[in-house]
Amino acid sequence: MKNRGLLFYAFAYLAFLYLPVLVLPVFSFNNSEFIAFPLSGFTTRWYAALASDGAMQHALGNSLKVGIVTALLSTILGLSAARAVTRYRLRGAGAALGFISLPLFIPDIVLGLSLLLLLGAAGLPLSLAAVVLGHLLVCVPFALTVLIARFEGFDRNLDEASADLGEDGWMTFWRVTFPLMLPGIVASLLLTFITSFDEFLLAYFLSGTEATLPVYIWGQLRFPERLPMVLALGAIILGASVGLVILAEYVRNLGARKPMVGA
Amino acid sequence: MADGERNSGEGYVLLSPTLVVMGLALAAPLLLMTLTSLKSQQGLSFGEGWTLAQYGAVLGKASYRALFIRSVVISGAVTAATVCLAYPIAYFVAFHARRKFLWLVALTVPFWTSYLLRVFAWKIILGFDGVINSGLMRLHLIGQPLGFLLYNPFAVVVTLAHAWAAFAVLPIYVSLEKIDRSLLEAASDLGDGAVRRFLRITLPLSLPGVIGAAILIFVPTTGDYVTPALVGGTQGTMIANLIEVEFNGVGNWPLGAALSLVSMAMVAVIAGLFVAGARAVARSAR
Repeated sequence: MKNRGLLFYAFAYLAFLYLPVLVLPVFSFNNSEFIAFPLSGFTTRWYAALASDGAMQHALGNSLKVGIVTALLSTILGLSAARAVTRYRLRGAGAALGFISLPLFIPDIVLGLSLLLLLGAAGLPLSLAAVVLGHLLVCVPFALTVLIARFEGFDRNLDEASADLGEDGWMTFWRVTFPLMLPGIVASLLLTFITSFDEFLLAYFLSGTEATLPVYIWGQLRFPERLPMVLALGAIILGASVGLVILAEYVRNLGARKPMVGA
Repeated sequence: MADGERNSGEGYVLLSPTLVVMGLALAAPLLLMTLTSLKSQQGLSFGEGWTLAQYGAVLGKASYRALFIRSVVISGAVTAATVCLAYPIAYFVAFHARRKFLWLVALTVPFWTSYLLRVFAWKIILGFDGVINSGLMRLHLIGQPLGFLLYNPFAVVVTLAHAWAAFAVLPIYVSLEKIDRSLLEAASDLGDGAVRRFLRITLPLSLPGVIGAAILIFVPTTGDYVTPALVGGTQGTMIANLIEVEFNGVGNWPLGAALSLVSMAMVAVIAGLFVAGARAVARSAR
């Protein structure tokens, strides 16, 4: 009896989670400029409008650039820091980790505005590079968390065996550590890419004239007649994100099923 | 371990690039913000000398105090609603669901869409000619659209409780999943009923997850900008909206900086008190 009540609650909760999200695809195919019931027929014209919107595509390009650079940099930084704290016993490692995780506990608006002050003081222009710097703040803590979990799960003896067999530190890294870390690295890349791709507030303050996709979307929300097109864009982002998540889970499971090569 | 001691220099070398980047992007800007908050705005530039005037204004002005209180109350309500709604589902997945992994994926997929558009979707749902109103009118349940759904603190709470749901479900699920099942059996064997067992074993042991979730949600939602701006109206404005106006609209950077730092400190103090209080409750429950 109790189980049935919980199961019912679980499905009600799923409905609460999915209902708003499903608004996006449903109204993106609705043949009306007004977002209201009843639906007035099927159309793909909002998607066609999207395909011919140069400003949107430029913003998409910017977001992809920022997302890829942020994902690579934050994963590299996370990788070296995670290796440092798991492989060596460092004095002050806890404080360093706390410092690196600090951005998670500071509102984005404070992070964005303080970076804005820094750029102003240094005489640097607002740019996509500034957005990348801002995104590193929120992405490095994520990368570090994912990668430390992965490093802690693996057997240090493998590194030592490699050293005993005559490999130097660099070759050990490439031939032993890196392959073992690969699932963690892929997970970190995907997580940081999606975080950066979706981030609005930091980009809003730091991007200047080069809008990223969320900044572009924010600008469109003021024009009611452009809303269906924005919803179509949202539906596409939803589809692509779901695809990425499934891919990420698939890769993570590959790693989980055989955590140790030959073990 | 001796190996670790000997090569610790290498470890610091590995750690340093990350620390340098975070120092550059976090510590230096926050220092600059602190310095800015100690200035005064004179036209387009800062006045000579240092002053605590901004802090006096932030702490002294009733309208600012009201906004701070409202931000904390709204995000406190968001935190409570999100955690309470998430607990049963996390409990269900941890103890009763047969295909746990599938449930976890199903619970997280909605969060991989654009945050902006998820918030905006609520504007469409709650709006004057939105999904709920047009649906209810079509069913002839109401004659006039309900005006009280959107542009108020309630809309902000609903929207944020939806936007941050995964941040509550996952930590609570992890802490429930970790509970040693034999403890539950022991409690039953010793005569505890289901409710008593839950209150004495399951709930206290899952408190770390609940506390973690509460902090993960309370801290960022207090400073949320997008949701109050889109669905809050004038009654649902929060502190981040004021900070943005001081920086971008009014152009009083020192005041904006002081507001930022005071709100950061306020969130930190409340979060710290909350964690300490929750731990004390958890200890006395055992």
